Amino acid sequence: MNNQKEIKILAIETSCDETAAAVVVNGRDVHSNIISSQIALHTLYGGVVPEIASRKHIEKIDQVITEALKEAEMTLDDIDVIGVTYGPGLVGALLVGVAEAKAISYAKQIPLVGVHHIEGHISANYIENKELEPPFLCLIVSGGHTHLVKVNDYGSYEILGRTVDDAAGEAFDKVARAIGLGYPGGPKIEKVSKEGNPQAIRFPRAHVSGESYNFSFSGMKSAVLNYLNSCQMKGIEIVQADVAASFQQAVIDVLTGNIRKALQETGIKKFAIAGGVASNGTLREAVKNVCGSYGAEFYSPSPILCTDNAAMIGAAAYYDYLAGVRSGLDLNAVPNLKLGER
Amino acid sequence: MKLLALDSSGLVASVAVIWDEILSGEFTIDHKITHSQTLLPMLEELAKVIELDLNTLDAVAVAGGPGSFTGLRIGSATAKGLALALEKPLIQIPTVDALAYNLWGHKDIVCPLMDARRNQTYTGLYRFCDGRMQTIKEQCAVDISTIIDEINQRKEAAVFLGDGVPVFKNYIEEHILVPYTFAPPHLSRQRAGAVAALAREYYKEGKMMDSASYKPEYLRLSQAERERMEKEHAKD
Repeated sequence: MNNQKEIKILAIETSCDETAAAVVVNGRDVHSNIISSQIALHTLYGGVVPEIASRKHIEKIDQVITEALKEAEMTLDDIDVIGVTYGPGLVGALLVGVAEAKAISYAKQIPLVGVHHIEGHISANYIENKELEPPFLCLIVSGGHTHLVKVNDYGSYEILGRTVDDAAGEAFDKVARAIGLGYPGGPKIEKVSKEGNPQAIRFPRAHVSGESYNFSFSGMKSAVLNYLNSCQMKGIEIVQADVAASFQQAVIDVLTGNIRKALQETGIKKFAIAGGVASNGTLREAVKNVCGSYGAEFYSPSPILCTDNAAMIGAAAYYDYLAGVRSGLDLNAVPNLKLGER
Repeated sequence: MKLLALDSSGLVASVAVIWDEILSGEFTIDHKITHSQTLLPMLEELAKVIELDLNTLDAVAVAGGPGSFTGLRIGSATAKGLALALEKPLIQIPTVDALAYNLWGHKDIVCPLMDARRNQTYTGLYRFCDGRMQTIKEQCAVDISTIIDEINQRKEAAVFLGDGVPVFKNYIEEHILVPYTFAPPHLSRQRAGAVAALAREYYKEGKMMDSASYKPEYLRLSQAERERMEKEHAKD
């Protein structure tokens, strides 16, 4: 029986700018979680440069894997399954992890499971919330993704809504650049927002028409840029903290608006958040309050599990593995992989 | 000595195994660029036919650049994964050297030409003497005119090979002043057999590394780095 044997998973994640490897036992027990971040390198360019990210991945990947095994006090001989992110993400970056994982899988004859990156983010919630089981609702917010998902079962997802233009994290990065905070925008805006008034400027909250739960952030970002321009033309001094706080509040209002609607219409009493932007404390607090008003339990991973990491990929790989998913040596990177598709 | 070699630096995907003096097997495909989907299945198939136990390998060799950035990384990550898992050393063979080694024993100056886009080529100059390959000009990324000028100045016959040949053929025919030939199809592209054969020399000389310290040699900065440096130069 699968349940009686411990399943030890080595997970690898290289979809963007973090080279990561982890050892996870039975999907929820993290024995190591190594992340080699490239943020400092990409800061020079104001954002992630795909070719530089790919070059760093190939340099670091063996060290990161070795460290993950060492910290877990295991060798590859102890590993039962290899999980690897194969999409979505930067194709050149994904390919490094995929080729590495396939080679190890082949050399050691260890079963391979290709994992969806967003499925990984959702599954990060299983790690610290041992009691959390589907069905639940989940908001995934990061630099590349903004999804509101109904998790019907392990590996079974229904996308309720997604961004129709910029991802939330992308809007944070763009606004941060415009007000002179630089990259990465999320943490920097959150920090200065603490000194600012979130009600100072009323940026528009875009509601996508129709019944959908979709999001839009591009108009809001343009509104911030227009505001900055008009201040400059009128010679009005810009209060960076107020702009940051008001923009952040607008993003949070849009996100929580759809969360309210989803909680109300689905009647589901469990809500989780995930993704890099989910480590924003103000957002977490706001979502928690919304959940409270609907009597729903609120789940959120620690910041280290919100950022791109391999532990979450190990958690997702475990449930995929139990469901019988096996990837072949012809596994390819799929940069536009859709959630729930293979 | 048993060596596995991989080359996915260009249009070709190729895997080979050399056991002492014998090339036990080689798969070379120049069809569509689907290295990510073909390289490892090719190795699996080859290993099956030649009954290779991966654990008996002494080292893993890889065409370590230059080449297509993505192609290099597919081969490199595959080689690194194999070396890490099998606990074997890695041998990094310069791609252009391995290409030249295809023409072992040739009497003329050997000039591999890889298409590096932007009218450039990854190239080098080599000579075979007393059963050994000598490097006249180390692999580099230059304009096609630079390497043809250099060959003209040497006033010696030259033989060209590589996926740059169809790209630069007109230029060569118009500008070359020495006798020249082009290698035939079975010798004119990357082959893992040549990587493996050259890797034997590296192995004997102990020129190996552990998989963690290996990285491909691109011979070129990324576009973003190049543009940033140009901007900084403009400021000075």
